[in-house]
Amino acid sequence: MKTTVDLLKIGDKAIITHVDLDKIPLKLLEMGCLPDNELEIIQIAPLGDPIYLNVNNGSHLAIRKETAHEIEVEILEP
Amino acid sequence: MSLQNINVALIGNPNTGKTSVFNELTGLNQQVGNYPGITVDKKLGFCKLPNNIKANILDLPGTYSLNASSIDENVVIELLLNKNDKLFPDVAVVVTDVENLKRNLLLFTQIKDLEIPTILVINMVDRMKAKGISLDIPFLEAQLKTKVVLVSTRKGSGINDLKNAIVDYKNLSTEPCLNASVIDPEYFDKLRTAFPDQLLYKLWLVITQDVNFMNLERKEIESSFAKSHADLKRLQQKETIKRYQFINDTLKIGQKIDLSSASDWRLKLDKILTHKIYGYAIFFGILFLIFQSIFDWSSVPMEFIDSTFANLANYAKTHLAPGELTNLISEGIIPGIGGIVIFIPQIAFLFLFISVLEESGYMSRVVFLMDKIMRRYGLSGKSVVPLISGTACAIPAIMSARNIENWKERLITILVTPFITCSARLPVYAILIALIIPEKRVLGIFSLQGGTLMLLYLLGFGMAIFSAYLLNKILDLKTKSYFVVEMPNYKLPLFKNVAINVVEKTKSFVLGAGKIILTLSIILWFLGSHGPAKGFDNAESLVIKKVKAENRLDDTEYLNDQISAHKLENSYIGIMGKSIEPVIEPLGYDWKIGIAVVSSFAAREVFVGTLATIYSVGSHSDEETTIKNRMNAEIRPDGKKVFNFATGVSLLLFYAFAMQCISTLAIVKRETNSWKWPAIQLVFMSGVAYLSSLIAYQLLR
Repeated sequence: MKTTVDLLKIGDKAIITHVDLDKIPLKLLEMGCLPDNELEIIQIAPLGDPIYLNVNNGSHLAIRKETAHEIEVEILEP
Repeated sequence: MSLQNINVALIGNPNTGKTSVFNELTGLNQQVGNYPGITVDKKLGFCKLPNNIKANILDLPGTYSLNASSIDENVVIELLLNKNDKLFPDVAVVVTDVENLKRNLLLFTQIKDLEIPTILVINMVDRMKAKGISLDIPFLEAQLKTKVVLVSTRKGSGINDLKNAIVDYKNLSTEPCLNASVIDPEYFDKLRTAFPDQLLYKLWLVITQDVNFMNLERKEIESSFAKSHADLKRLQQKETIKRYQFINDTLKIGQKIDLSSASDWRLKLDKILTHKIYGYAIFFGILFLIFQSIFDWSSVPMEFIDSTFANLANYAKTHLAPGELTNLISEGIIPGIGGIVIFIPQIAFLFLFISVLEESGYMSRVVFLMDKIMRRYGLSGKSVVPLISGTACAIPAIMSARNIENWKERLITILVTPFITCSARLPVYAILIALIIPEKRVLGIFSLQGGTLMLLYLLGFGMAIFSAYLLNKILDLKTKSYFVVEMPNYKLPLFKNVAINVVEKTKSFVLGAGKIILTLSIILWFLGSHGPAKGFDNAESLVIKKVKAENRLDDTEYLNDQISAHKLENSYIGIMGKSIEPVIEPLGYDWKIGIAVVSSFAAREVFVGTLATIYSVGSHSDEETTIKNRMNAEIRPDGKKVFNFATGVSLLLFYAFAMQCISTLAIVKRETNSWKWPAIQLVFMSGVAYLSSLIAYQLLR
């Protein structure tokens, strides 16, 4: 199922299908947010934002919801 | 065999233990300086290698790639692109974390493209077993065209292998491990033909990065090879994808991860530390512990330092030949140095706590927890780091705001950080609290004085948040909001790293502040013990005449007090103090406090030193007296204590809010690149300070 990262739940795994470079920083790509890489939602902060991810099996980072919205993914069935 | 110095540059992502490797190689044989013109720490160390070879080891700022997004990262590129720099590395050592190889190798492939001999250090190999990781080293060395050294700074293993690899740097391959020009062959072919003697990747970096390199050529390159911003970005994205493809393919064979044997304590800790209730409770608990313990633990050494310096000054006064020089030493220099040394326990404790929070990886969790809340006030979760480090010193704190990506959030953080109670305020608070708050315990545990200190910290923090809220409403800046924070693995802080950090930071702080304080105390001593001829030179005869009239001439102590008091009043400093009295009187200050307040506009920690100098100029040496005792004994002409409750509170508020630190203003100017912001800061903070002190004194007196 296609969706964006901000709509995922804790524990969800997904494959990145598209990132819009005009809307997210290059740094995020360099940290592994690239098409075809896998990501997992580790934790969502108490007020629903930011989102803590494990990208590309090992790159742990937190991003804000608005950035997460720009990352399109395909959810993997558990 | 001839002696030679090899230049080694340590490069790596943040949180890979790069600085641990640096500390292992150099021990305490290191110096911290600044890159010319900017305030990035330049850490250079020295190391003896086998075969009598010496090495200069440069610890470059942590960076995720050679695409710089901050001045810290620019430093790395500027060095690597400038062959004429005297620290240009003969060999680059890229430090990586075994658990994060994939991401760490991105930077490695970029360094390799610069054709510099490169060693790949895989650090934290002691964790491999627990994480189920195994590596095929010969394969990795062949694919990455490098020498791989496995290091564990925690276990102290692999450092000798690294030293041997550095000595052997001439045998390292300088061949790139992938060909990045395939992302746009036509464009890169043209570049290659136009600049045949330049490295292709170097040209690419010059085109894409905003670095000071080959300025003349840069124009030339840009005019004929200009591409739109969007095109460049697209190419950079292609480049990154290309590099990751290569890395993923390499690690597919070179690295095996057996997930079943991997432990998940990281996950468990994360669940607790970022929990919606426990997370905040733990964070505030830690903060409370820090402040309560700093005041309690450092009070013993501080009292010891205080009385030691009082004794020392007395000793100098009674044992050295009397004269101007002795007076300068016992009344100017010794109390002045004492005023600096007394800082050391509290500063060291603060740096210790901050360094442990950072090293353990906990600070990132706090950033994560606080981001949404801080954003309401126009700040970022990352502002937590400057705000907490601000309790040590605003200068490194403001510099640490650099990794806030959003300019508006960063600017607001910079502007409000000086409200946070820094360690320079501590001695002022400590002495004033000791004077006006009784030494009692409530419920048997909480000391009233400690509680007051905590309240002052909260006041500073509250004011910072409130000003941020105002600034967020007032400032109209349109900026793109980016926020990316790495969540590193939890680590037990290495004792050596923490110790070196605390020693280095305390040393540079004390020496920096020390120079100002020492100079000022000598100047103050001079101004306090000299004056215009009229009224000063014939002080003794004037006072004797007056005391005679009072019929108290046999009371020598009284006579001496009167003489020194008269001298001080008519000294240059006395005249200066008196002239500002109308402005500060409504705040409850006399002219002596006025002098201390004015002289501490350069640096607030000068306050105590100034009062120490002023009061020792006017004191006699027959008994051991500490600054506190002298301040307590000061009385107004009407017989009331100078440092009563109302004046004390007014002073505490003044020091809590006023912008009294030239170094901070200078840093703000550098970081914001304009005088506008430090000027606004100075006026606003001083205004708040004056008004709140005025209101407090008028209400309390």
